[in-house]
Amino acid sequence: MIEEISARFPYWAIAVLLVVGLYGMMGKRSLVKQVIGLSIFQSAIILFFISGSLLEGATIPILYSVHGEGHANPDDFVNPLPHVLMLTAIVVGVAIIGVALSFLVSIYREFGTLDERELLDDVRE
Amino acid sequence: MDPQPQLPVFIVGAPLLFSVIVPVLGRIWRHSAFLLALATVAVAAVASALSLELVLRKEPFSYHLGGWAPPVGIEYVIDEVSAFVCVVITSVSFLVLVSTRRWAEREAGDRPGVFYGLVLLLLAGLTGIVVTGDLFNLFVFLEIASLAAYALVFIGGRKAMLAGFRYLIIGSIGGALYLLGVGFIYFATGTLNMIEARELLEGTPSTRAAQVGAVFIFAGLGLKMALVPMHLWLPDAYEHAPSSVNSLIAPVMTKVAAYAMLRMFLSVFPAGFLSGTVPIADALLILGLIGIVFGSVAAAGQSDIRRMLAYSSISQLAFIAVGIGLGSPLALAAALLHVANHAAMKATLFLAAASVRLRVGLQRTHNLAGLGPRMPLTMGAFAIGSVAMIGIPPTAGFFSKWYMAQAGVDEGQWVVVAVVLFSSLLTAVYLFKVLEQVYLRPAKPEPSAHGDDERDASADAAPRPELAMRPVVERAREAPFDVWLPLVVLAAATVVLGVINVVIMDHVLLPGVS
Amino acid sequence: MSGTVVSGLPLLAVLVPTVAALLAALTTGRWPNLRDVWATVAGIAMVAITVILLVETLDGHIHRTVLLELSLGINSPGINIALRADPAGMIFGLLVSVLWVLAGVYAVGYMRGEHERKQTRFFVAFALSIAAAAGVALAENLLTFILFYELLSLFTYPLVTHRETETALVAGRKYLAYTLSGGIMLIGAAAWLHVLGVDTTFRAGGFLEGVNLDSVTQWALFALLAGGVGVKAAVMPLHSWLPSAMVAPTPVSALLHAVAVVKAGVFGMVRVGVFVFGAALLDDMGAWLVLAIMSAATLIIASILALRHDNLKRRLAYSTISHLSYIVLGVALIGPLALTGALLHIVGHGVTKITLFFVAGAIHVRTHKENVSELDGIGRQMPVTMGSFALASLSMVGIPPFILFTSKWYLGWGAVEVGQQAFLIVYLVSGLLAAGYLFPIVIRAFLRSSPDHTRYGEADIRMVAPIALTAVLALVWGIAPDLPLGFFELASTVADAAFPPSVALAGVTP
Repeated sequence: MIEEISARFPYWAIAVLLVVGLYGMMGKRSLVKQVIGLSIFQSAIILFFISGSLLEGATIPILYSVHGEGHANPDDFVNPLPHVLMLTAIVVGVAIIGVALSFLVSIYREFGTLDERELLDDVRE
Repeated sequence: MDPQPQLPVFIVGAPLLFSVIVPVLGRIWRHSAFLLALATVAVAAVASALSLELVLRKEPFSYHLGGWAPPVGIEYVIDEVSAFVCVVITSVSFLVLVSTRRWAEREAGDRPGVFYGLVLLLLAGLTGIVVTGDLFNLFVFLEIASLAAYALVFIGGRKAMLAGFRYLIIGSIGGALYLLGVGFIYFATGTLNMIEARELLEGTPSTRAAQVGAVFIFAGLGLKMALVPMHLWLPDAYEHAPSSVNSLIAPVMTKVAAYAMLRMFLSVFPAGFLSGTVPIADALLILGLIGIVFGSVAAAGQSDIRRMLAYSSISQLAFIAVGIGLGSPLALAAALLHVANHAAMKATLFLAAASVRLRVGLQRTHNLAGLGPRMPLTMGAFAIGSVAMIGIPPTAGFFSKWYMAQAGVDEGQWVVVAVVLFSSLLTAVYLFKVLEQVYLRPAKPEPSAHGDDERDASADAAPRPELAMRPVVERAREAPFDVWLPLVVLAAATVVLGVINVVIMDHVLLPGVS
Repeated sequence: MSGTVVSGLPLLAVLVPTVAALLAALTTGRWPNLRDVWATVAGIAMVAITVILLVETLDGHIHRTVLLELSLGINSPGINIALRADPAGMIFGLLVSVLWVLAGVYAVGYMRGEHERKQTRFFVAFALSIAAAAGVALAENLLTFILFYELLSLFTYPLVTHRETETALVAGRKYLAYTLSGGIMLIGAAAWLHVLGVDTTFRAGGFLEGVNLDSVTQWALFALLAGGVGVKAAVMPLHSWLPSAMVAPTPVSALLHAVAVVKAGVFGMVRVGVFVFGAALLDDMGAWLVLAIMSAATLIIASILALRHDNLKRRLAYSTISHLSYIVLGVALIGPLALTGALLHIVGHGVTKITLFFVAGAIHVRTHKENVSELDGIGRQMPVTMGSFALASLSMVGIPPFILFTSKWYLGWGAVEVGQQAFLIVYLVSGLLAAGYLFPIVIRAFLRSSPDHTRYGEADIRMVAPIALTAVLALVWGIAPDLPLGFFELASTVADAAFPPSVALAGVTP
């Protein structure tokens, strides 16, 4: 069991982060904490992609010189695509968090609170 | 150079580009926002129609974004199905935009440019989801569309703020889960291109990573398409969103998520992959069946017409999920036909509700008594839309049910046949509840009658002084020309779609799914 | 000699009432006289069209209009919407068009006499219902049949709820629930048949004849189809919408709930029994017996229930339920004579029952009386009206030479022909019960004296004339069923086609 976890510890770490994020979004009354949970959730997925593309002993895929030295061995290089994707995903994530925070500002201005229960009571009246 | 293969850029790119331009120009000249947005949607609609025509005349084609060849580059795939769905989305959006101009400009306050910019962003995202052939690109478009939708819902007032925020949280979870699933698929296959992923998944025995990926993808898209029990965000969002917004997102937004789900079945996962060790197809089928019944029953219990229509959407989306779950070509084609049918029907119903809100300001069904003769065109369109939803021939709704029942019989799924057919009875329950009020009951006297209804103070129920003492419903006039004309066109479309459905099935959908 | 002619006539028969509805809708209540003219003009046009079709059909030229014929690239026969004027359809189509003219004239008198509201909606829905009924009559295949069958449910809904009272709304809901369920069953069966790859074009002898199906499938299809049409045919236990629907204005009860809608149900039963399953298959399955027992039970129970109702329209409604089952039983007996009788009974009951309902409406317009117990002495004040009622009652009971005698004669003979004397007794008992629930009304009306001293005269001429005409028709068609519309010839043509002459008793004449 412990071996299993230590052999794949990045994945377990990610799983824990995902659960923490979900708990933040579902279990917390404060809207700010929900947004933090969302952020953790997204970060976990980004980590997943990055750790998934890790290759031990490999380096960045920049070829300095291949003239006359045979073909480059793909095993020596990290797959760059997930990193590139994650740049995009981070941008998407930032956009979502940005929109969420701007929502929070508007909600606070309108209601004067960010406590979900108080907000619901307020709306129901 | 043959310009036609550039069409996909116009479908997706034009709304994306103008979603930035419109807010800027809208600042300078208020009225340019609407006109520009409308023109952009028209361009996208024409491009979609031309693409469809091209596909039908020749063959499906793909567009390599930026000139990079797939599988590394991003590919836009225009086949019968994606072109058809694009035509549906853009043309319905066009009509809805025309119809909702009046209250959009009221609801958007002093910044119509921002509103229309968001609408175009939404459209860019939706059409992008439809045409893309790349799994990650789909995620990006999904989030673009969702972000625009969150913001559009949010501007609907106090209650909409909370609904919009919840929508954002849940929608983002959905998007993130989808991304997680894509990650698994990528690590299992090493590609993000749908077609290539399919080939690779077909060749190798399915690995656990691919299976887990499939589960995450379907959980994510299930959230986005409000599949029961992941539907909780939808009723609030649709009820509280501004009228101009729910008429737009209800017909197209969740439908596109359903389309993405279908695309997974069609283009990503090989046949049999989803019914073996990970019985996603069966799960969709069962959740769909539960959803059809649940949505209709819940709709029957609602007194707010928008909330009722929202639950009805849950039921109708579940119907599409059933089609995807059945998985046979006929079932998939029926599901796609229902995407179009339901877009037209729901747009009709939501627009009619919005038009009532514009004129009367009331939304509770029991307060709409006696409205039929006052707003004959609006309510006539509502009645036709209702009949189509119930599925009485020859309207569109009948034929989706007809093909779905056939698919059910074909697969030996008798429960599906029974639920699909009897869902029309359930639909009749909640829609005739409205029709009965509107046509067969006398108007209620003011003011105690609508005490539980937040009357929209800005509604313009006939300010003629001699009528001031009459019930608010009796003072209502027919909606203005630019509101009812698109509404009538949409209502007619529900009948026309029914009549020409065989042509669509025969030439577009069945070749597209097989 | 027989052949198919592609022509627009069958479609025209459906379009004429549709156009009348559109014109009436456009004319609106601002010009009520013009609006009400449309129905009459269209009715006469429709009669002309059906008569032309009749002549052609009797000559063996079956006119056919294809509206949509497309095949899907899968194992189903595709979508095929077509109309065809075959002999069986012509019987129903002729009946509807002839009675529409009379009911149309009557309706104008009734609606104005009662000062009903929203008359335009009424006339529009009325004409649309007729169009749907014509479509049901002339449908060439199952899908087309369902299409018009569903539309008929939809268009008659505003007529049932016309009064907009709480009772009417409740009746309307019940009506929709029943008829839509029936439609759903039909759609299910049709979808199933399409998947099986069966061509669902109606064919005398049954399109399922020779199709290889296991018995579970056969029974399931039979249950769905017979149940689906059985709702409108008001076979017990699916009947309870019909008495409730009597809240509708009387012209609706008269034409739709005595002729068009319920006859669409029994006509559907003829289609299902003879043109879908066919005699041989029904016999093999033993399904005829189920149908026969259910309809025989309905026949007797409904007649007894009719005895107990004091409300005139309700009493007539139960009488209708009973007589519809006459026809269903006639189909179930699967013999040429019984089928001839059943088809004639569709016509005979239509023209007779419409008279009775017309009279009920005329009495209501003049006196606002609805109950049988209030009708003492009414015959002396409205002699033509009540005289017609008496004639129609004689016909209902089956006294010669009225038309219902002819049809009952064939039905009874048919029961004997197939060796089911028990059902002959059912027919006879039910005839006696009919005398029990109708003759007391006639006796009250003519032999008792009126308790109050108000003098009621005859109703408006627009109501009296149709009443007298339908009563006379019941007599004329009884004496000579072929005059002038060839009902008997049509019925026996259908029976001949359904039961090849080698089986049938040849040379039967009335």
